Amino acid sequence: MSSLRRRLFLILLTATGLIWLSAVAWIGLVSRSELEHVLDTRLQEAARMVHSLVMAGDGAAAAFPETEPALAGSYERQLSCQVWSFDGRLIARSSGAPASEMASDREGFADREVNGETWRVYTIVDAQKGIRVVVGDRVGLRDRLVLDLIAGLAVPAVLVLPLLGLLIWWSLGQGLRPLRRVAADIAARDGEDMRPVTPEGAPSEIRPLIGALDGLFAKVEAARRHERDITAFAAHELRTPLAGLKTQAQVALAAPDDGTRQQALKQILLSVDRTSRLVRQLLALARLDSGSPGRIEEVRIGDALREVVDAMPHRSDVAVDIDPALDDALRALDREALQLLLRNLHENAVQHAREGGRVRWSLAGDGRSLIVEDDGPGIADDEMELVRQRFYRGKGARVSAGTGLGLSISDQSAARLGAKLHLGNRADARGLRVEIRFPPGPPGHG
Amino acid sequence: MRILLVEDDAVLADGIRAGLTLAGLTVDAVARCADADAALADTRFDAVVLDLMLPDGSGLDVLAAMRARQDATPVLLLTALDETADRVRGLDCGADDYLGKPFDLDELAARLRALSRRSGGRAEPLLRHGGLALDPSSLAASLDDVPVPLSRREFAVLSMLMERPGVIRARSELEERLYGWQEEVESNTVEVYVHNLRAKLGRGLIETVRGVGYRLRAP
Repeated sequence: MSSLRRRLFLILLTATGLIWLSAVAWIGLVSRSELEHVLDTRLQEAARMVHSLVMAGDGAAAAFPETEPALAGSYERQLSCQVWSFDGRLIARSSGAPASEMASDREGFADREVNGETWRVYTIVDAQKGIRVVVGDRVGLRDRLVLDLIAGLAVPAVLVLPLLGLLIWWSLGQGLRPLRRVAADIAARDGEDMRPVTPEGAPSEIRPLIGALDGLFAKVEAARRHERDITAFAAHELRTPLAGLKTQAQVALAAPDDGTRQQALKQILLSVDRTSRLVRQLLALARLDSGSPGRIEEVRIGDALREVVDAMPHRSDVAVDIDPALDDALRALDREALQLLLRNLHENAVQHAREGGRVRWSLAGDGRSLIVEDDGPGIADDEMELVRQRFYRGKGARVSAGTGLGLSISDQSAARLGAKLHLGNRADARGLRVEIRFPPGPPGHG
Repeated sequence: MRILLVEDDAVLADGIRAGLTLAGLTVDAVARCADADAALADTRFDAVVLDLMLPDGSGLDVLAAMRARQDATPVLLLTALDETADRVRGLDCGADDYLGKPFDLDELAARLRALSRRSGGRAEPLLRHGGLALDPSSLAASLDDVPVPLSRREFAVLSMLMERPGVIRARSELEERLYGWQEEVESNTVEVYVHNLRAKLGRGLIETVRGVGYRLRAP
């Protein structure tokens, strides 16, 4: 699991370390060049001093008696001095100075390899006196000087680093506390609690997150309320047919004569048919609500419609006309949603058609619109939008003819297909006209 | 007892009508608020069985309108909603009783008998008149503890007379409460039933008040 705290901690610690490292490097570089300068000046100074002390023609070797060698590792006796005559004699040398020649022929600074050690030397050539004065120190010693300086800085820093780490870790914990509080608040909720997360005291950085969470909560809550409404409605709508079934069954049981019993049993069959249709429609609605889209495939509208018409127990007195043009209409769409749409519209049309009436399916508007017309009572204008609501039954409809779900399902299936449903009464005659307007676009080839 | 049933589900309405008829009640069924209003304005019922969700409105509107015009006919609500709040609202609107769908047909009949008993101011479930006793729940009649077989209509005529002993019941009134709208009223049928009752229970029981109607003679 990625932890924000660990991530911030690593970033901060690395950044701090990097800054320290660059500081050390910078200090090292700067102090080195400063040191070189100071030591070089000292070399020069010392050489001049020795030179001025040597008399002209004075070849006395005793000028600098040899003393014991420099203690290794100490900064004392860093400087070594040699005085050479032009003829290559070592006239004098300081104690600890190497016996071999450090000098070069040129005046000025030079780096020389003497006995396997690198020396920094300064040479003064005096032709008048016939001598060369050489002063030098070991470069190794200079390096140690710089290293000791850096170590003096770095050791406390390294010692303090864990402490700094702890401090950063603790500060991060403090800084992230509002986040933990929000998390704890959400974690403590039960599944029913869809109140917005209180943004009180929440830092601005996590407000967008809280906002998004609240938005999600609101959506979930709305979906659940919708589901509860539907469940309550469904329970209500199922109870009435159940009450009918129970009542008719009791009548059948108590009936003293065959006629009454037969009538009750017939009613039971009728009610079972209607109830199973209601259940089928509720399931269809639940499927539509769940929102998982079906597979898109090329469908011949005429074939799909015939399938639906043939599968439905229809009223024998109602004729069904299907425009032959529908057989040429091809569309790439969700077949299941199309069948749901066609079945419910057809069911609705057949149910409301007058006795001996006619239901007509046709194509219009360059093949973009599919139209179904019946010759029933139609729908009053003020109810035109209401009938799309679930469980709404038109006032003009035959008593308990339908479930009040058909048009609602049609509406939703049409939306699933990207199509629009237009309801209206027929202009040419009595009856309802429903138009399915498909979206513009390639209607498929055919 | 003549009952008005207001229920829009055809199967349920048919079942209730058939069941209550078997229980000795006369049932008229309508499916809409408007039809219920018209029926109540036109006919006197002993009780109303009222569904709440009707295609052209709420049963509560019918109920409120009844109570507003001082119609005290007992009303039993039928509903598929089972929230307590809905029941309370129904009862506060003036309903006398309440049944949730699905219900038991016998319970519905029993509740209707109870409503009728209460509205008639009777405490005892049996109707008594001297040695004569009628049990509306079983449609059984007895005279001096000896069972007397009565047809459904004979029982209905006799119980109407026994509900208010001493009060003269017009023949048209008896007829109205004996037959639903769908049933054809044969002429002279009330006379036939009275004749049969006199044959089974004794001539002196039912008195004919010439030109007005019938009443029970004091025991």
